[in-house]
Parts: sequence; C-alpha cells; structure tokens
Amino acid sequence: MERFTCITATACPLPAENIDTDQILPARYLKLPRKGEHGKVLFHDLRFDMTDRERPDFPLNRPCWRDAGIIVSGRNFGGGSSREAAVYALYDYGIRCVIAPSFGDIFSQNATKNGLLTAVVSEAESGALVTALTREPTSAVTVDLASQSIVCGELRYRFTIDPARRTRLLNGWDDLDVTRSFAEQIGAFKAADRKARPWALPSPAP
Amino acid sequence: MTTPLTLFDKLWTQHEIVQRDGESLLWVDRHYVHEGSFHAFSRLAERGAMVAEPELTFGVADHYVPTRGRGEPIANPEIARMVSQLEQNTADQGITLFGLKDHRQGIVHVVGPELGLTLPGLLIVCGDSHTSTHGAFGAFAFGIGASEVAHVLMTQTLWQQKPKRMRITADGKLAEGLGAKDLALAIIAKIGADGAAGHAIEFAGSAIRGLSMEGRMTLCNMAIEAGGRCGIVAPDTTTLEYLKGRAFAPKGDALDQAMEDWIGLKSDCGAQFDREVSIDATTVAPFVTWGTSPEDALPIDGEVPDPSREQSPDRAKYLQGAIDYMGLKPGKKLTDIAIDRVFIGSCTNARIEDLRSAAAILANRVCKVPGLVSPGSSSVKRQAEEEGLNRVFRDAGLEWADSGCSMCVGINGDLVAEGERCASTTNRNFRGRQGVGARTHIMSPAMVAAAAVCGHLADIRSLMARKS
Repeated sequence: MERFTCITATACPLPAENIDTDQILPARYLKLPRKGEHGKVLFHDLRFDMTDRERPDFPLNRPCWRDAGIIVSGRNFGGGSSREAAVYALYDYGIRCVIAPSFGDIFSQNATKNGLLTAVVSEAESGALVTALTREPTSAVTVDLASQSIVCGELRYRFTIDPARRTRLLNGWDDLDVTRSFAEQIGAFKAADRKARPWALPSPAP
Repeated sequence: MTTPLTLFDKLWTQHEIVQRDGESLLWVDRHYVHEGSFHAFSRLAERGAMVAEPELTFGVADHYVPTRGRGEPIANPEIARMVSQLEQNTADQGITLFGLKDHRQGIVHVVGPELGLTLPGLLIVCGDSHTSTHGAFGAFAFGIGASEVAHVLMTQTLWQQKPKRMRITADGKLAEGLGAKDLALAIIAKIGADGAAGHAIEFAGSAIRGLSMEGRMTLCNMAIEAGGRCGIVAPDTTTLEYLKGRAFAPKGDALDQAMEDWIGLKSDCGAQFDREVSIDATTVAPFVTWGTSPEDALPIDGEVPDPSREQSPDRAKYLQGAIDYMGLKPGKKLTDIAIDRVFIGSCTNARIEDLRSAAAILANRVCKVPGLVSPGSSSVKRQAEEEGLNRVFRDAGLEWADSGCSMCVGINGDLVAEGERCASTTNRNFRGRQGVGARTHIMSPAMVAAAAVCGHLADIRSLMARKS
C-alpha cells in the first residue's frame, strides 16, 4: 500500500450529506475486476445522465475540479454498503483524501487499507471549506497527516483520525506482513481457545 | 472488586490475540463469503495463498442469483460467471458452499442463523455490511471490505480498533401490528444514519427481550443503517430455544458447556457505556421512509418535511434534494404517496415471521400494484409453502420467487424501473439502490402488504381495524 504523508491539491466540494457507497460506486459495477480503472465509474449516476453524458452541474465535472485530489463533503460520507470498490473508484480517479464531519465506519476502514485518508472536521469547518472553495475554486488545499492539519488559504484546521489508522497510513504497512510476525501468538491463541470453547467449532452437519 | 463489563467488552476480550499501536488482532470464529468476495480470492491467487481455516469459512450464493428459473442455466453470462466463480473459489479452497443447487441456499444472513452456524459468543465477519444481523444472537458480527476479507481468509484474524460502547434501551410493548422494523426506523430517525458511528450498539430493554429471534435479527441488521460497527442482543431463553436442533449448532456435552458459557454473555450490572439512548416502545408508530437515507423516516401519519422550515441551509438543501429525487412535495401526507410496486424480501425482512405478517394482511385481499416476494432462504420458502403462504401471495396478485438478495440491491436483474416507486421491506432507500432512478420507501413487511392492498403508503392499523 502506498503511504500517505501530505498532499497539496485542488479540492472539490460535494456538500451533500449521506453520500453513501451506492452513490460513490453503483452496485452494477461491483463485478469489475481490480485493474485500476474504477475511477471511470466514480459517482457514476451523479456524474452522468441516463445516456452516459456528463451532468455539467456535478462539481467534479466542472473544469476547475476535474483534477481534484481532495473532496470536501457533508456528514456520513461513505455510509452504507461495505463495498471496497467505492474506495477503488475514488483512488483510481485520483482522490487521496476526503474531508467530512463523519464517515461510514467500514468505508473509513477500507480507505485506510488502500492509502486513502478520511479526515474528520466539524460541520462548521467543512461548511467553511466548502464556502471558501466555492469562492476560490482553484485554491490549493494542503492536508498533512503527521500534524493532522488542513490549510486552505486563510483557513487552518486540525482534523481528527483514529490514531491506529493514522499510523497505518503514515507507514503504508502491509497488514499481512504485520500479522504474520505474530504467527506464534495466533497459534497459541487458537490452541487455548479450542480447549476453552470447544462449542465454537461448527458441529458436523448431519 | 472487578470492574463491571459490557457484553461487548467481554466479546472483544475473548477474541483478542495481541495489541499493537492502538489496534487489536482478533480471532475470527466464522467467515461467510459470497459471490462479491471475488476480489479477496483474487488476492489469494496473486500470492498463491491458501485459506487458513476452511472449516470456519462458509460460502453462500445470494447476491447475484436469479430468483426465477432455478434449475435452468443462468441466462445472463456475467451473472453466471459471478456464481460459477464462487463455486470454483470455494471448491479450490475446500470451503463448504451453499450454492445455487443446494437446498440450504439463501441469503447469507438468513442461512447462517438457520443452520446454527451463527452462535452466541462468536466473532463473525462477512464482506457485507448487514453482517451486523448475527449480533441478534449475542455474537460480535460486522461487515468488512475486500482487503479485510482477504486478510481473514489468509490468517483467520483481523486488526480492529476497539469501538466505543453504546446502549440503546427500548422498554415497553410495541403496539399490535408493529415489529422490529418500526422500532429500527424509529431509532435511526432519532439518532441519525451516522448516530452510532464508531460505536458497538447493545440493544436492551423489555421491548427487545419481547422480540423473537427474527425480530432481533431485523433490528441488528439495521444497526449498520444507524452507522454502528455492530448491533448486539444478549442471549436469553429465546436465543437458546431457537438454536436447539440446528444443523451446525453444538450438541450433547458441547451444547451443555456452550449454554453455561452463554449465560455469562450479558452486560454486568453497573457496566459503563460511552453513550446511552432510550426509546419508549409503547409510543412507536408504524414507520416509513420518505427520502433517500434510512434516517429520513417518519411515522406513517406524518408529512413530507418542508425544507423552508429548516434553520440550516445545508440541511434544507439535503431535504430538497431528497424530495426532488423522490418526486414528492413538501407537506404531502405520507398516506397520499401512491406506489407502483412492492418488494418483500432481503436479509432484513424475509424470514418466516416476516412472510407470515405480510400474508396476514394480504389474505382475502387483492393488491392494487404488482410485486415480488423473495423468501430469505430456500428453507424459508419451503416452510412458507407448507403453511400455504405462497398461495396467499399469489392470490393477492404478487409473484412468488426463489431466494436471494434480489431487488434489495438489484444486481441479479430484479430491478425497479426509473421513476417507479416501490414500497419495500429492505434496508436502504438510497438513490438508485433498487435500480437507476428508482424510488424506494422502506417499511415493515406488514406495512408493505398494506401499501400493496391500498396502492399507496398506508397505516397498517387502519387495515387491522377494518379486518376485525
């Protein structure tokens, strides 16, 4: 996984609340294999009309935000379905950070596993960022994970993130390598647990 | 004296292998996989890895399976590929599969419990957000993404940050004709679709104790719609009665020991929660959603909200967007909303009790709109047919189909057309969830039946009064 330390990029405001993972990646694209091309269907039904033409009013379709690396959104971004392909779509499009007052838990977890930062700010702060970006669409926004800071023109905010997720993103750890280093402990746990909870194994089906 | 612990604390501790940098490595007791788990299997293939504990892993074909023409070849090649890919992956890895031709097939969150694979005290994961359903048994159960599915397949463990603890207490008796879905929507309307974000929810109180296992599963299923990491109900005699004789449940001495262990699975007196919410179940009305998030839920005697009365401009904009998408007008009475079709199905509300409650309303009545009934599992289907419920649905004008996720997520081809309005027993009224441009109102099975009979959203209580 690519590590996340700091990004400076244009930021696209999507101020709506409750942008669920069905909006980020509609279910009919869940069959797509992982080939780095999920970005094409990011926000598909919000970005394109029924004839696959771009909706000009969707912020990410505006020339100033087309190459955004950051999204600023309303509360409960990424709620709903656990589809990790929603994260693939954002990442493949080029988004490296989403700033919002709250996130779907599973979405945030998936994001962390793929090098996408989910930065939590207050409702007032996300609102102020949206206002500033609407006024100055091309403002460069800097998000620094080590100092947990967001800078957008005059605005300077500190965002929150679960410390464990922060550590993971900063290091770009591969989970499996970390887990395998605990193979001995896993083996010992399993042996003790099988004695303590014999009922936890599925009983052979008749 | 030891510190009183919550049920969640106990479950967490029992599964904790090691701690590192604010995360814990947890042991996974059950891992359910489905057609959508293909990303994870691909990662195993890339590494040439094998599944660590295939006997703790179970496959179910549910997301893409057709609900008609069972037994015939799948017509759509893409869907056929999704189903055969799961068959191949599970066969290669020695994983038991409840596939399309298996009499135990159904929706994973219906099948796991009915086979006794889901038990109190287990840690259960699946690459599906509605895995929270299994918490109804006092299990710690939650949905995970593809990276985590791959990690569990390869190690039978998972890194997790410990969530905060939240208790939602519902006391009192639900009114006649109301069920767990009404309670779930009332809770989500109260705390919001992110109200439990970062929290493990324990449902407690006399209203919860009074729910059947089916009802508890509906409630825990919807915990994710409140943003919770999981929903849990402490096991009790209702739980133990349900589990007796289930195929994969412990038997003999193992069952005796299990029951002893399960008795301790409850929050200690005086245990501290990070957040407490209470709700008076006696005041809960039949709930329906009007908008595009499960939090957009109101009692059926309510009206579509008026954005102009909102203080916050962002909130007003959200409401207006939802009203526009749903093709509604502010102030419109919910019972005046005409529907085009109904759907009874999904991991939320397609168990036998759900089908019975819908059939009770539909008996000797005719629906004004078409609709589809997809039982939660093949076993539920057989039982419903033994009880004659299939005839009730058919006589009322609804289609009786096979089991799968069907029109809840629409990826098997069961879709609501653009602009159509569907009264649905499912869990998500998101934009486009049941099809591009589809408009979904979620509610209980009885309320969907009432809407089908009336042709518009309707108050179950008025139909019950007319019938008696």
